[in-house]
Parts: sequence; structure tokens; C-alpha cells
Amino acid sequence: MSETRTGAQIMCEALIREGVEIMFGYPGGAIMPFYHALPEYPELKHVLVRHEQAAGHAAEGYARASGKVGVCVATSGPGATNLVTALADAMMDSVPIVAITGQVAAQFIGKDAFQETDVTGITQPITKHNYLVTEIDDLAAVFKEAFHIARTGRPGPVLIDVAKNAQQARTTPRWPESVSLPGYRPTYEGNRRQVREAIKLIGAAQKPLILAGRGVQLSGAFAELRELAERTGMPVITTLLGIGCFPEDHPLALGMPGMHGWVHNNRAIQECDLILNIGSRFDDRVTGKTSSFAPHAKIIHIDIDPSEIGKNIRADVPIVGDAQLVLRTMLEELPPRECTAWVRHIHAIRDEHLHRQQYHRPDTQMFMPHDVFATFTEIVNQRGAYRVCTDVGQHQMWAAQLIDWLHPHTQITSGGLGTMGFALPAAIGAQMAQPGETVWVIAGDGGFQMNMQELATVVQEGLPVKIAIINNGYLGMVRQWQELFHDRRYSATPMWSPDFIKVAEAYGIPGVRVTHQSQVADAINAAYDTPGPLLIEFQVEREVNVYPMVAPGASIGEMITESPMVEV
Amino acid sequence: MKHTLVALMQDHPGVLNRVASLFRRRGFNIESLTVGHTETSGVSRMTIVVDGSQTSVEQVIKQLYRLIEVLKVSDVTADPNVARELVLLKVHAPPSRRAELNSLADVFGAKIVDVAHDSLIFELSAGADKVESFIELVRPFGIREMVRTGRVAMVRGGGAHGAEAYVRAA
Repeated sequence: MSETRTGAQIMCEALIREGVEIMFGYPGGAIMPFYHALPEYPELKHVLVRHEQAAGHAAEGYARASGKVGVCVATSGPGATNLVTALADAMMDSVPIVAITGQVAAQFIGKDAFQETDVTGITQPITKHNYLVTEIDDLAAVFKEAFHIARTGRPGPVLIDVAKNAQQARTTPRWPESVSLPGYRPTYEGNRRQVREAIKLIGAAQKPLILAGRGVQLSGAFAELRELAERTGMPVITTLLGIGCFPEDHPLALGMPGMHGWVHNNRAIQECDLILNIGSRFDDRVTGKTSSFAPHAKIIHIDIDPSEIGKNIRADVPIVGDAQLVLRTMLEELPPRECTAWVRHIHAIRDEHLHRQQYHRPDTQMFMPHDVFATFTEIVNQRGAYRVCTDVGQHQMWAAQLIDWLHPHTQITSGGLGTMGFALPAAIGAQMAQPGETVWVIAGDGGFQMNMQELATVVQEGLPVKIAIINNGYLGMVRQWQELFHDRRYSATPMWSPDFIKVAEAYGIPGVRVTHQSQVADAINAAYDTPGPLLIEFQVEREVNVYPMVAPGASIGEMITESPMVEV
Repeated sequence: MKHTLVALMQDHPGVLNRVASLFRRRGFNIESLTVGHTETSGVSRMTIVVDGSQTSVEQVIKQLYRLIEVLKVSDVTADPNVARELVLLKVHAPPSRRAELNSLADVFGAKIVDVAHDSLIFELSAGADKVESFIELVRPFGIREMVRTGRVAMVRGGGAHGAEAYVRAA
């Protein structure tokens, strides 16, 4: 029996067929038929955000925490343009999301109609693919393709712009059984000959390193990475987005490289004779000046996206494929070896620099952000499963450096785009994906104010998100650059903020202010003991820098390791 | 060195824009880009000429493959190929100089496709060098208007870049 459906109903049923349970959105004129149909499908939960950008980040947070495709919805024109930042963010960090936007009816397209914008044009460079659907008969196939593209290969954002007439028309849906995309065939299995080449190089290297990135997280190659490291004795450096893919309490774990990476890592990269890059795209924040990056190293580069290989750093052995499958192939034939002397050498550099890197200064009265992170990592790792959504700036780097990241996907952060305002909406998505876990927001005073209206969403959905604001009264990272590279001219970085505790209270969220390191543990414990959301404002020392640091454009061999201002 | 790429893609609306915008935002230096239908419906063929000294051709090809609609990209520079471009030239041609222009056109195999009292339009389809020399030889007569297409190219002999295979494989 065939039964007709509206386009909007087809959209809802397509979402259900793709396994979607939740979406984040904001209604408006051109998407109203879709919202009209939504209540007929109670299996689709819709979360009303307060700004479409937050819908996009929440979909990202959901995707990053669950491994499923995140979905966000907006209307045409301003609704859709407000999604742009989140789409760009998802593109840079390979986050699978599908964004659905309403578009004016087909007969108005190109006429500068009310709330009309060329959204497929605007989002073309920041989506993996996008669609403009003007005919109801295309809807079912487009939705199937969109989810397929978003979640396969190198994941990424896909946008579907649906003209209002297509949402309103009626038809008998024909659900496609398979996806036909002759130009889209991701390579998953690594080339065996190249894998053998890689094994040969690993065997011959004296000072080899593993550089593990987001590709390890996306393919779930945690056990394989661990086995590879343990069988070869190769130490593992994790990029910002690779954090957690290799437990940081493992003897072979070295932590983060690059602009705010540890001295021993950057030194190791400059000294090593082999880098096995697994799913990292050699971002400039990792490499510094590319011409002097790892000058003695052969490079093995594993990436599912062939265009990443050779883009920034030339590869001696390119291997296109899924990290997990490639590593499995590699492990079939990889003979055991050891790198004891090399690891001992790196550890010696680490020990030499460690105390200065972490500013462990118990005798000071200054309330350092580092104190917050030290206590935080201690408590949260005892309290059970957690996620930390960090925003962008100094606190993000301190969190990456100072929290002991033990599990995959515990850190959710905007790496590639560096989007301030990301953390709170991302935490909303992450909390909905993982209701049993404690989801933390760690944000600066600047970034938090970029999307703090989402406190309303937190309350409306009853989400027990815990929020930590590291308030130093500045746009801290910009101020740090001004201090170091712009003659301390603090142009537009001192920032007045509202009373965050009262802001939280206005939304019905309890707040705690912390001004001394003796109060840190109590506040974090209070967050765990308080049901529902809680906001903690840490008022920390105002002018503290993130060290170590590589100046922008410099070689990672040249690190600034201490600040004259806070030297004891 | 100039590289000639042949790219097959699904001719969805906006695909030319996707390719052009990819070149722009990645900073690839593009010499010419021509697009048209193939023997297979639903598949377009582009011939793209890039300056390999300014642009990593390998990166161009890889980035093109990121576009969902792109079916096949080949660098045919090293393959024996037939490459042509088309030029239309409107030349100042008073009756006194027509004989001279006519014999020049004969040598190049250019056709006269329009005759007016003081101008001629020549049509020449040839390799880029030949087109270039014809233009230079005619230039002293006075070029009033000129339009050139970009390069189109096809590999000689049995090696084929037919579109059919990619559609059937889907």
C-alpha cells in the first residue's frame, strides 16, 4: 500500500531511517513545514537552542561524544548563515554532522526573497558536500547520500538546503536501497606494499616516533595503536585532537607537540629519524615552520584522505586508508623491536624541563590557572566517566597540557578552526549523547560570553552540565601574543565581564566563585555533589602565559620555555 | 611546466563552480579550464591546464578527488595526446589586404567565417603554439576582437578516458 507523504514527513522519516534520535535546531519561516511534521515523530527529539551557531556546535558535541552523526536544523537566510561557523569547525576537525536548512520556495530562489541566501554557495568550501533540494522526489535519496557522505571516509559536515515547496509537496516516497555515488569511493585498506615499506623503515630507524592524531580517534584504532607502540617501543606523541587516543599514564606516552607542546616532544621531533604519522594532518600548530620540521626524519603518513598526504609535509611512505585497518595490516608482519635508549633520552629532556613547564610553585600566594587544572585532573579521574569540552584560548592549552587524558574522546575541543564559544553548546550535545557521564565545560571569560545564552538550553533540557570559567579578565591568549610579540600593547584585550555567578543564577543555575587555590577542590567536588548544572568561576592570576611556546612562524626547535614575568 | 589534466565529473548543477572555487581557495594557479558534455549523458569532461611550477599538480588532483562529483582525474601531459584550442579573430581587412590575409589563413588552415566590408572573422582550431603564431602574424593587420577557448585534450590511440566505465561502475 502506498501512502503519500509531505516532503517534511519524508525528511523526518529519512532521519529515523538513518538512526537519528536527536537534533538541535531553531525554527523559522522556510523550515516551518518540517517543524510542523516533527511532532508526528516522537522518536525524533528536538532540542531548541538559543542561537543556530549553538545548534551546530551541539550537533558537533553530540557527534564527537557518540561517534554518530550529529544533526542540526535552521531556517533559511540568517538561520542558515548562523550555522556557518559550526560547519567550518566540523569541516576542520572532520566531524560528521548533517545540517538541514530551509530555503525559500523554488519559484522565489534568485529573486532576493525574504530570508533568501545562497546557502549552498556560502557553505561550499566548508562542507564535505552540500545539496539544494527543490523537488520533493529528490529528498529521500539526498538524505541517504548526505548521511553516507558525512559518516564514511574522512567524516565531515554535509548540508541539505530544502526549498519550502519541496517540504510542502506530497508524494509517495521511494526509499533508495543503496547509495549511488560513482565519484566517492573512500579507500579503507592500506596498500600492502607501502605497509611493508613502512615496516622496513620502522625496523631500520634508531630514533622513531609515533605522531597520533584525530584519525586514530575517528577510526577507533586505540588497541592497535597501543599494540604497535608496545611491540616496537616507539614513543607516542598525540596532537591536540589526538589527545586521549593513547593513555597518558602509559610509559610510552609523551603528550602534545607543537606550538604549546612539551619541549621534549618538539626536541624529539627535531632529533628523530622516523615519524610514523597516524591520522594527523601536519597542522601548522604542530609543525611550526615546515621547512625545518623534523629535518632528519623519514616520514610515513597514514591518512584516509589522500589529499592530506604531501599537503604540508612530504611523505616518504604514503599510506591511504583507515588507521585501524592499516595498523592491523601492519601488525600482522611487524617484528618486535626496542627503543630503550631513545626513550630514555627523551625522558631525560622531559625531566630537565618539567618543573618549569608546569609552574609547580607551592610557595606562591598567586592563584595560578595551573592549580585549577592540577586539582581538576585529580578529582575527575577519580569520579568516573567524564568528558571535558574546552573552549579556545589559554585554558584550552592548559587543559590539553595539564589534565591526564586517559581515555579516547574525553576531550572535546575545537582544534582546527579554534572557535571561541564552542564549549558550552558542544557540552549540551555531548551531555545528551552521554547522559550517564559528567560533562564539563572549561571556558575562558571571553569565549564563554560568546555563547552564554545557551545556559537557557541547559536549563530547559535539564542537563547536569558542569561549567568552569577560567576568568583572568583578558582575552588571555591574544594578550599573551601582545605581550610577547606586540610590545605589550594590550589593545582590546582587557575584558570586563558580568558577575558570572549572578548570570548563572538568573538562569536558575547555582554558582560558586573561587579566588584561592585552597577552594578549588571543594568547588569541583561541589559540582559532583550538586545534582543538575553548576557554574564555577575561577578568578585566576590575570597575566599568566601558556608555556612552553613556539612563536608563530618559528621552527619548533626554538621554544620559549619560561616567562620573565612569573619566574620565581 | 604546464600540465594538462582531464577530469570526468557528474554534470550536476554547480559542479563547475565547485571546481573553480576549489582552485581559488587553495591558491592553485589555473591557466585554462574548459568544460563540456561527453559521449555519456550525465558526465561532463573538463580539460584543465595548470602551471606545475607554481602549483603542485599532485595536490590539485587529490583535492579534485575530494569533490564528491569528480569521477576521474588524469594527468595526460606525458601521454601522446591531441590538444586543441579554438580562436575566433576579427581582423581589420580592407579589400587591399584581403589576399594577403587569405594566403596566411591558408597556411594555418584557418577558415574565414564572416566577411564584412573592412573586416574578416577567422576561425582556427589548432594546438596552442599554432594558435599563438597565427595571432602574432595577423596582429599587424589590426585585431579588432579576439576570443579563445581553453585547451581540450584527448589521448591518442587506445588509451581511453571514456565516461561510460565510471557510470556503469556506480
